[in-house]
Amino acid sequence: MPSLNSTFAGIKSPNPFWLASAPPTDKEYNVSRAFEAGWGGVVWKTLGLDPHIVNVNGPRYGAVWGPDRSLMGLNNIELITDRPLGVNLKEIKSVKRNYPDRAVVVSLMVPCDEESWQGILPQVEETDADGVELNFGCPHGMSERGMGSAVGQVPDYIEMVTRWVKANTRMPVIVKLTPNITDIRYPARAAKKGGADAVSLINTVSSITSVNLDTFSPEPSIDGKGTHGGYCGPAVKPIALNMVAEIARDAETSDLPISGIGGISTWRDATEFLLLGAGNVQVCTAAMAYGFRIVSELQSGLLEWMNDKQFENVTDYQGLAVGNVTDWQNLNLNFVTKARIDQDLCIKCGRCYAVCEDTSHQAIVINSGRTFEVIDEECVACNLCVNVCPVEGCITMEQLQPGMVDERTGQTVDENPLNWTQHPNNVLACTTD
Amino acid sequence: MGNSVYSPGTLPARLTPDEYEANFSDINPGLSPHEAMVEADRCYFCYDAPCVTACPTGIDIPLFIRQISTGTPRAAAKTIFDSNILGGMCARSCPTENLCEGACVREVAESEPVEIGRLQRFATDTLMDENIHPYMRAHETGKIIAVIGSGPAGLACSHRLAMHGHNVEIIEEKPFLGGLNQTGIATYKTVNDFAQQEVEWLLKIGGIKFQLNKVVKDLEDLHKLTQEYDAVFVGAGLGDVNRLHIGSDKFQEAVTFIEELRLANDYGNIPIGKNVVVIGGGMTAIDAGVQSKLLGSENVTIAYRRSRSDMGASEHEINLALKNGVKLVTNAVPLGMSGDGTDEKLLLGRTEIIDGKIQQTEDMIELPVDQVFMAIGQKLEFDPGSLAIDAGKIVVDSHGRTSVPGIWAGGDCTNLGEDLTVTAVAQGRDAAEDIHRHLSK
Repeated sequence: MPSLNSTFAGIKSPNPFWLASAPPTDKEYNVSRAFEAGWGGVVWKTLGLDPHIVNVNGPRYGAVWGPDRSLMGLNNIELITDRPLGVNLKEIKSVKRNYPDRAVVVSLMVPCDEESWQGILPQVEETDADGVELNFGCPHGMSERGMGSAVGQVPDYIEMVTRWVKANTRMPVIVKLTPNITDIRYPARAAKKGGADAVSLINTVSSITSVNLDTFSPEPSIDGKGTHGGYCGPAVKPIALNMVAEIARDAETSDLPISGIGGISTWRDATEFLLLGAGNVQVCTAAMAYGFRIVSELQSGLLEWMNDKQFENVTDYQGLAVGNVTDWQNLNLNFVTKARIDQDLCIKCGRCYAVCEDTSHQAIVINSGRTFEVIDEECVACNLCVNVCPVEGCITMEQLQPGMVDERTGQTVDENPLNWTQHPNNVLACTTD
Repeated sequence: MGNSVYSPGTLPARLTPDEYEANFSDINPGLSPHEAMVEADRCYFCYDAPCVTACPTGIDIPLFIRQISTGTPRAAAKTIFDSNILGGMCARSCPTENLCEGACVREVAESEPVEIGRLQRFATDTLMDENIHPYMRAHETGKIIAVIGSGPAGLACSHRLAMHGHNVEIIEEKPFLGGLNQTGIATYKTVNDFAQQEVEWLLKIGGIKFQLNKVVKDLEDLHKLTQEYDAVFVGAGLGDVNRLHIGSDKFQEAVTFIEELRLANDYGNIPIGKNVVVIGGGMTAIDAGVQSKLLGSENVTIAYRRSRSDMGASEHEINLALKNGVKLVTNAVPLGMSGDGTDEKLLLGRTEIIDGKIQQTEDMIELPVDQVFMAIGQKLEFDPGSLAIDAGKIVVDSHGRTSVPGIWAGGDCTNLGEDLTVTAVAQGRDAAEDIHRHLSK
């Protein structure tokens, strides 16, 4: 039987599924329920200095829905904890005492001066928490006050504050990064230079989810006005995966532990993050959409997959996909595929035809009896038909084996890979001969 | 004690008022806004969608469902009415399992088509409940067209002609408008007098007058009309019925029974047999059989001379009858009556189909019977004279033109009719377009 035991930045937990610092981890009551449900750890909702902040008293969340109103994206304008520091610290201590085998990490956000950090860190240590996470990520509200992503967007500040924190605590330090930057590698490198034990990402993406067509106010609307919030949920997963991979394959940060965050809803999502180099994952929106019970599926799904793949431990496959992330110029241009439509699975909706005809390469024909077929002479293998087909597995991309002729180009598929750096059309390609 | 389901003979008031109300309530109530949103999300927005091809009026179904899903049911209704001004009735009465929903790719994928009929009703009800009529007339053309009959073909033709700015005069032999929409559709499919409301809503376009209780009996009458009007459209339906020549006062026409139910103020006044047999295999037979059961008949049997798969009624309708406790006897042809009074029996001969032809065998069946409804087809009441006729129906081309210039026809009275409201609407609409083209020359 494989084991889900996890050690991340020296912090042990019975599984790699932590709840991210967010509304679900704001109170002992919620966190206890999460641990009873089976979560391996939590990052407690961000603490700040007293007097505690206040939240808006109108709606805090906005949403983007998919079909059947499934929650694809959630946006929030909630700030850090709005409870007194002492109350939170007391509850953290209690939770850690009651659940000693679970990871309890405390998220922190205090003003950008060393004294503030020196003040709060010993109080956190007092709780026996396993570590701290520096919230350099929240893009809304607190950033206007020079905290959150206002720090995370300036690598020098990240390095400076991380260094202060490392100098003032024995606890492992995780730096939470904002995606609201141009290149995630710079803040990650800064965190490492400052001495961070790990990074966690992504925090939420600056966003306006919708505009009310009657009141002309952005949503969520507070008395007719709105502000940008932080966007999360399944819609941001691809952004997060890429940023995790960028850090994992960067020479300067490849050994920096990563806690993967961003739209993780199922065991599959979680596993993808682990394969791209994350040491564990943090979940929020899926729990906020369905409750804590989803962790059972996360655990059973990952265990079954590990069993199938004969992996014993999470570390056995951590980062296995990192080496397969490369730059475009290294992709093999002699890898030729063509779309194939399985006529038995096809339900004849014609979506593949509509999109190929209107927006792609006119590579699908409607035959009599409303059967749809790919025209190899036109198919560039773009994959759009696969992506719009409502039936999984109905349209697949089949590789042309070396020696076969690509009907579109008339050329025989070469068994030797050829990438852009070697391509004759590339004027910058090596021209030594 | 009053009458019950078990009281012998043909009697009224077998059920309580509450039972009647429950039995004749809406068989397929409209979707709530939430239900409509959930269902609309299931549509794949197919290319050249099979549902549209399967709709005789060619409603742009993927478009109207997308309009529902984006919160604009009024726009959806307009999409529907653009093709089918009686989209409200069609949403209730169409055999969708044979048309749009039967063709839905989700039927192929999951055996659960998108509920197009109910979504259509959601959209059309939204607009009609607000009493909005979304069309304006073009400038008056000064032309006037006579429309014979106010069933779906006549109404669709009239509305489209009025939209083009023509004046229309409907000539209707009954004391009310609506034709089979008013009298020929099972009560539980069109509750709250929907047919009449729909007619009133349709007439809001303006430019449509009508004469009730006026019969056009033959081609000579039609010729007179062609002198008075710029064009004539015949949507007279099939006013007469086929009959069995079995001498018994227990035999009654199913269409009359269905009409009686539709116009009834109190179902308790309608006598129904303890034992009912319906002869026929089409929608009319099903409607008569199911409603007999709902009126409190103990035993209802539909007897059809061929096999189940030959029945004109859709599988969905047949199952509805079976679900309501109606028995189905196939390969049986009525021969005569035996016994008398409440012991009377209908004698049926077992049939075989040999080379497509019905052959009677020596097997006999006897069914106790108090009342027999004949639903073995309708025929033209109107004398067509020298108008070209095929199998008893007026021959028209795809534009609705008859063999006589100046006379168009559509609906069940024509050879292209399919005994379907939706087909009649399409024919009436298309004839109106042709008349308009003709008058615009």
